[in-house]
Amino acid sequence: MNEAADADPPITYLDHASSTPVRPEVAQAMAPFAAQRYGNASGSHRLARQARQALEEARELVAAALGAVPAEVVFTGGGTEADNLAVVGAVAAQAEQGELGVIVCSAIEHAAVLEPCRALSNGRVLGVPPRELREAPVDRNGVVDLEALARLLGPEVCFVSVMLANNEVGTVQPVGAVARLVRHHAPAATVHTDAIQAVAYLDVATATADADLVSVSAHKIGGPKGVGALVVREGTPLAPIFFGGGQERERRSGTHDVAGAIGLATALELCARERISEEKRVAGLRDRLADGLLGSIGDSLESADRDRVLSGHCHLRFAGCEQEELLVLLDDAGICASAGAACASGALEPSHVLVAMGVPAPEAASAIRFTLGHSSTDEDVDRALATVPAAVARLRR
Amino acid sequence: MRVLVAMSGGVDSSVAAALMVAEGHDAVGATLKLWGGSSDSGCCSVADVDDARRVAQQLGITHHVFNLAGDFDRAVVAPYVASHVAGRSPNPCIECNRHIKFDRLLARARRLGFDALVTGHHARVAPGEPGVAHRLLRGVDPAKDQSYVLSMLGQSQLDRVVLPVGELTKVQVRTEAARLGLRTAAKPDSQDVCFIHSAEGRGGFLSRRMDLHEATVIDGGTGEQVGSVDAVELVTVGQRRGMGHGADGQRRYVVAVDVPRRRVTVGGARDAASDSVVLAPGSLTWVSGPLASGSLALSQMSAHGRAVLGTFESTRAGTRIGFAEPERPVAPGQTVALYDPADPDSVLGAGIAA
Repeated sequence: MNEAADADPPITYLDHASSTPVRPEVAQAMAPFAAQRYGNASGSHRLARQARQALEEARELVAAALGAVPAEVVFTGGGTEADNLAVVGAVAAQAEQGELGVIVCSAIEHAAVLEPCRALSNGRVLGVPPRELREAPVDRNGVVDLEALARLLGPEVCFVSVMLANNEVGTVQPVGAVARLVRHHAPAATVHTDAIQAVAYLDVATATADADLVSVSAHKIGGPKGVGALVVREGTPLAPIFFGGGQERERRSGTHDVAGAIGLATALELCARERISEEKRVAGLRDRLADGLLGSIGDSLESADRDRVLSGHCHLRFAGCEQEELLVLLDDAGICASAGAACASGALEPSHVLVAMGVPAPEAASAIRFTLGHSSTDEDVDRALATVPAAVARLRR
Repeated sequence: MRVLVAMSGGVDSSVAAALMVAEGHDAVGATLKLWGGSSDSGCCSVADVDDARRVAQQLGITHHVFNLAGDFDRAVVAPYVASHVAGRSPNPCIECNRHIKFDRLLARARRLGFDALVTGHHARVAPGEPGVAHRLLRGVDPAKDQSYVLSMLGQSQLDRVVLPVGELTKVQVRTEAARLGLRTAAKPDSQDVCFIHSAEGRGGFLSRRMDLHEATVIDGGTGEQVGSVDAVELVTVGQRRGMGHGADGQRRYVVAVDVPRRRVTVGGARDAASDSVVLAPGSLTWVSGPLASGSLALSQMSAHGRAVLGTFESTRAGTRIGFAEPERPVAPGQTVALYDPADPDSVLGAGIAA
């Protein structure tokens, strides 16, 4: 017995910010390294050399897509690991030098950044003395408030993390301006940006050129899960968080996931090649979805101004409608969307992003996130437009 | 029928879901996240949700997790603490059933298009007499009967509630779970108040949310101080534990708790005995309409307590149950479930001791 045995409705996938289907080109490029080319890239025989060559070619592609040089690319086991390596690795490296500075991050960071920052602030990271953490506020659009950020900065600050685009509401952050502020007010600080959500739609190489550390993840852009990378600009102090064979130039021990690295590289390359046309195509679909829903559902609004958010994001609030219930009705109809962040049990937690944006709790509980991406079609939008208004109306009765 | 099964991750609700599936109903499971953040202990732990989800997968049904923690805090935990501040002894399970499972969740089930809500309670919903659609009966396993914690349900809820395991003994429930290979088959029964971790206890939990005060213990007969307690708010009327023995060598019981005056009054079994309990105004609910004043009723004062015979009296001055024989006093805040003397399995209604 399994759930899929029932007569399921067709899937309307509007949750690309959670994950995306692996692109056929990516799967094809990975396939040989998941099967017959199984050598350990750290070895010395021909199978190992073969794997090593593929790994380094992948590294070059990743570096090119992210505006880095190959030696600056550290492959990781996913986005969360890249973020943890950035936050903990940078702060721990400074601690080793005897520098015990203040950590600053935006209030709307993904948990993969926020939680390691908090762990450092309350001494839960072994060997690193507790550190002060300052969270920079955001405006009603969820954009980090640069004036407020400037007030949090000073020579005592050692690490600053502001994401390139928010995963929930999709707001793009002024990372270049953040980096310039940090250089001016906190010249010793390392600047990190989590670019995971932005890669599909922004020119990450340009947008993150001034950051010291940049996190990316493969599965948000048609690549495999469990693969990411951290760009570590030359000269940036970074301590490892795993200890082992010293792979990735002592920055990330563990046998290389060659197939995964190829998956990330292929996905990034495709993304970079198609970005301009794809950004326009997806934005068009998103606009039709957002305008259609806002036009047909009263008491509805967009959580952030559309010109401030990523092309694939459609984050809406339907007053008087509970997100948990709407998600069930949409799921019944085959529409996959999401809301806020899920905790370990799978329950929805109140969104810290909406709270930071000043949205009252009951209103935050009426928010739904539709996110489009590379697999989205006109039919997806049509089905959502045909389903969501009736579901909202039913829950409001 | 299209039914929503409230699955706690325990064996009873697992089997409730299995029975609905076996009967051919279109079942969907839901686990409520009511408490505990992301911790893996106590109620609503990740492990419990994982168990419920896995059982749903084994049964081939959809499973959702609903976060009603905010509602639970407002409707159950905050009043629980406030009750203790006032020196009362509340029953949070009943308030959770009243406000969360059979109100908030039931309403949600209706909005989502379900015909009924299914739970794993050991109680039965049975056809009523002419003019009354449903009766609420004890579960068939007397040792596991949970009709007490459902005694506040009325027709509007019973109309849309299915309690399939009330027809089974606990042994039958576990046997069925084992037969189906459900991973909850041998899981221990839940104990006590779900949101209080056994390691910290009620006192530890409450001490983080309210001030606890020392109090003197007074012998009600002599007026003399005979001891003291660390936290008057944790003392319950009728309590025997920690009250020692009187000069007569007999055990002492708590007769009264006076929080503002920081005083606990104790006495012997006879002093503590009470011939009636007054029910708080507005606290009465009925399964199928009010009982006439002067009617006999069986009163049960705790989840697995004995049901005792008494007379229901309702006048303009108030509502009380006069007991046929003196009883241990009923602590203010406790629910009094009323059963039909002519059919002792049948719940008539409930009230809360004033």
